[in-house]
Amino acid sequence: MPWSNMNAKQRENDRFQVRLWFALGVIVLVFGVLIGRMAYLQIFQHQHFLTEAEDNRQQLQPIAPTRGLIYDRKGRLLAGNRATHSVTLVPEQLLGGKQGVDDTIAQLQSIIDIDDSDIKRFKRRLRQARKPYSSVPLRYRLNDQEIAQITVNQHVLQGVRVEAELVRYYPFDNGFVHALGYVGRINDREMARLDPVNYSDTHHVGKLGVEKYYEADLHGQVGYQTVETNARGRVLRVLERQEPVPGSSIALHLDAMLQAKAVELLAGKRGSIVALDPNTGGVLAMVSAPSYGANQFVTGISSKAYGELRESDELPLFNRALRGRYPPASTVKPVISLAAIDTKIINPNYTILDPGYYQLTEGGRLYRDWKEGGHGRVNLHKSIVESVDTYYYDIGHRMGNVPMTSYMAKFGLGQVTIADQPEALKAVLPTKEWKRAFRNASWFPGDSLNMSIGQGFLSATPLQMATMTMVMANKGKWHQIRMIKDMNGQEVTQVSQLGRKDPVMLDDVKLNRDSYWDRIHKAMIAVMHSNTGTARRSGANSSYQIAGKTGTAQVTGIKQDEEYDAEKIAERLRDHGLFVGWAPAKKPEIVVAIIVENGGGGSSAAAPLARKLFDSYLLAPAKDKSKDNREASDG
Amino acid sequence: MADFQRSVPDTVKFLRRGPSILARSRIDLWLLFPVLCIMALGLVVLYSGAGASQEAVDKQLLRYGVAMLGMLIMAQINLRELERFVPVLYVIGILLLVGVLLFGVGAKGAQRWLQIPGGPRFQPSELLKLAVPLTVAWYLAGKPRPPSLLHTLVAFALVMVPVLLIAKQPDLGTSVLIGASGIFVIFFGGLLWRYVVLAIVAAAAAMPALWMVMHDYQKQRVMTLLNPESDPLGAGWNIIQSKIAIGSGGLTGKGWLQGTQSHLDFLPETHTDFIIAVLAEEFGLLGVLLLMFLYAFVLIRGLIIAGKAKDPFSRMLAASLTLTFFVYLVVNIGMVSGLLPVVGVPLPLVSYGGTSAVTLMLSIGMLMSIRAQRTSRRLRKVR
Repeated sequence: MPWSNMNAKQRENDRFQVRLWFALGVIVLVFGVLIGRMAYLQIFQHQHFLTEAEDNRQQLQPIAPTRGLIYDRKGRLLAGNRATHSVTLVPEQLLGGKQGVDDTIAQLQSIIDIDDSDIKRFKRRLRQARKPYSSVPLRYRLNDQEIAQITVNQHVLQGVRVEAELVRYYPFDNGFVHALGYVGRINDREMARLDPVNYSDTHHVGKLGVEKYYEADLHGQVGYQTVETNARGRVLRVLERQEPVPGSSIALHLDAMLQAKAVELLAGKRGSIVALDPNTGGVLAMVSAPSYGANQFVTGISSKAYGELRESDELPLFNRALRGRYPPASTVKPVISLAAIDTKIINPNYTILDPGYYQLTEGGRLYRDWKEGGHGRVNLHKSIVESVDTYYYDIGHRMGNVPMTSYMAKFGLGQVTIADQPEALKAVLPTKEWKRAFRNASWFPGDSLNMSIGQGFLSATPLQMATMTMVMANKGKWHQIRMIKDMNGQEVTQVSQLGRKDPVMLDDVKLNRDSYWDRIHKAMIAVMHSNTGTARRSGANSSYQIAGKTGTAQVTGIKQDEEYDAEKIAERLRDHGLFVGWAPAKKPEIVVAIIVENGGGGSSAAAPLARKLFDSYLLAPAKDKSKDNREASDG
Repeated sequence: MADFQRSVPDTVKFLRRGPSILARSRIDLWLLFPVLCIMALGLVVLYSGAGASQEAVDKQLLRYGVAMLGMLIMAQINLRELERFVPVLYVIGILLLVGVLLFGVGAKGAQRWLQIPGGPRFQPSELLKLAVPLTVAWYLAGKPRPPSLLHTLVAFALVMVPVLLIAKQPDLGTSVLIGASGIFVIFFGGLLWRYVVLAIVAAAAAMPALWMVMHDYQKQRVMTLLNPESDPLGAGWNIIQSKIAIGSGGLTGKGWLQGTQSHLDFLPETHTDFIIAVLAEEFGLLGVLLLMFLYAFVLIRGLIIAGKAKDPFSRMLAASLTLTFFVYLVVNIGMVSGLLPVVGVPLPLVSYGGTSAVTLMLSIGMLMSIRAQRTSRRLRKVR
């Protein structure tokens, strides 16, 4: 080998060695960077990433409390919970992600029944704010076959789940909703109002009535569990669990059998029945007819069914018992006469000669009595028994607005005295000031005449009429009117015991002489049991005494914009039949107020219903009001 | 000298205590030992990463067996004698790559495999991992060194043709590895430093052009690297979760089979590309350092073999294979720890999968062959 060649080889080799050293340098440098990176992540950022790993692994899941149950006074279940299955989608887990929603729905539609309104509601829920990887319900109330169909197809239905949840169930679906209210899906507006923590796993909220008023108690306190999940959100095991506190159970004064009886009595009619327990102020029955089923509202009523309810001219959604403002008609006469004698406008023996009409001035307008030719000589007793209008025109005119309204107010008219029905209305107890404000006119003597027979501007809800009658039956003794009897077994006589605001609390009505009560009571008994009483037919042959008063309210007119056929107009122009009363007369156990819209006279339309209610309540076989058998059925 | 050797009687050879079995098997213990350690550690981590799966370990063991066999065979081959087949291998490789583009099969928008009718399918790009450094080394070995500009450009073209074909599939990870292996040969061929600097500047300037031709999903990976939180449930998921896995491991780790990130499926690809995150989570920084130490052992041994190789072909090849192994490491660990974009490069000798293990062990076998070549020559010299 030539030397120069060897030299070139040596140079090349040297150059190569230099490159190797250079490569080694790069390797050392890069290893330094990689190890530095690992050390940075594993030492300096260790706590941060450890927390993230734990957050990944553990999830805090809220557990909805079981909603408190609602019983009637005898321990019968009025509102319970039952498991229903619904199919839900987790949009993040669907094939094709959120865009796969339509495909998945179409796929499900080939397996189970899903209609457009389900899809519409699903899409609406999808747009609402929600946590990632939370499921969105698509259809409720799956039957066993549908559950099976989804389960066997589970492998092709990624992100689709069948979930069970406890939802409200009303065993008495017919005619109880106006007393109980109902729960429904929480909407956006309610979501903003409710405690987001306590309601984090709750889907329903009280929408109306008792369910709404006692929402805070019925709901309970949310529980939590810490679970270990994998990346797909599947729960692998529960690490820690704090049980939810179930909602309080509530017993109402309501008597389910009496309520059902009242529903039956009003079947096919429009009207309302309210029954109270005069010894406690509890509501025994509260019916508004026609009614609707509450269960369909729990899981979401279809818009078609809801439209039918809303458009019906029978107004089934309208709670007549709490919100129907009717002229109380002659049912106020006992209170008016009490006002007249207690204020000494007349003495208790005051009589008039009734020609069948009344005139404010000679030759003026005739205010007619219901009976042509009149009742002859009429005293206070007869004025109630035969419901003589002329007598009340006379004393009403003598009293004027103030004594009448102040006494009616003492009996609860014009105010909401029920504690736990948030929808109740005040109706109208017209004062001079009221007329000035709302009718922009002075109070005329004719207005007093109309008010004395419970017509004109005066209006009252069936609940108010029952309340007024309860105070009458109790000889002035008031109780807070309420649905609730006890909560978790603790008796509730006023809602302020539960930390809530009491409604208007009226003082007991004190008269100058207690004997005035007896006079009125005697007359109201005679309404039922004398041979001239307006409700004598309904009082006949009863094994207990009834005190009552009928009323017949003239229907003033039909709104111009409503269209009725001739037959309907004739029907809708008929008088409303009213009745208020209690039984047994001397030791009242039940007070009722009944109104049958366009039912005709109170004696024929309303009083017979009252008799049947009294019979049902007082003569019921195996009556054991003293015994509370709720413990037995509580489960 | 050759004649003399041939004339030595067999009995004399026997009496002189010829080379040991080890030397005759041409196996380099200094290389074999760290490789076996890496494999053993890999199997321990794989068992956990594959979800405590004995089946995965058994399959991997089988692959290791095949790979070891490949290494053994490769170690017996005198690479100098192989030299003349190198261009043929290269041409076949290129033809197969063209075939992949025309008839290839694949998934997720990438065509990487050729289906042998009635048989298995295979990935021609794996062949090129060896063919490219061999070819470039063969080409430059036959030319004066340092190579002239023309020869350098030809060598560069030899590298870029398969690189572009593979990038077109697209398989960014493999094309980076193959490109690197070829470039390393040119570098060790003695390319003048001024050209090296120039090439680096040119590459930097070419970055925007590269960006233009990249697939959307590749761009996405780069964007994700820069800001993984922008799409935590989508493209950023892998990086975020693997960083959490590594970081939560700490110094000593959560313990074998105790990694929550991997066992609860938060970590993707736990037994393939992201397996070092499993190691980091369960064995902590100490586990990572052990693995890095073993890798460093392999690399330094590779450089020593290259340094002691006598002919230009062998030493260019040895240096290139060693540094390619290094690139494997850097790309994989850089990706998993969030320093580099997510490109599909397995962790050498650890990730589950047959092809890469076999290819890597073949290159280890080549290194052993190169070492044995010089040793046997030395032995011959001694005699």
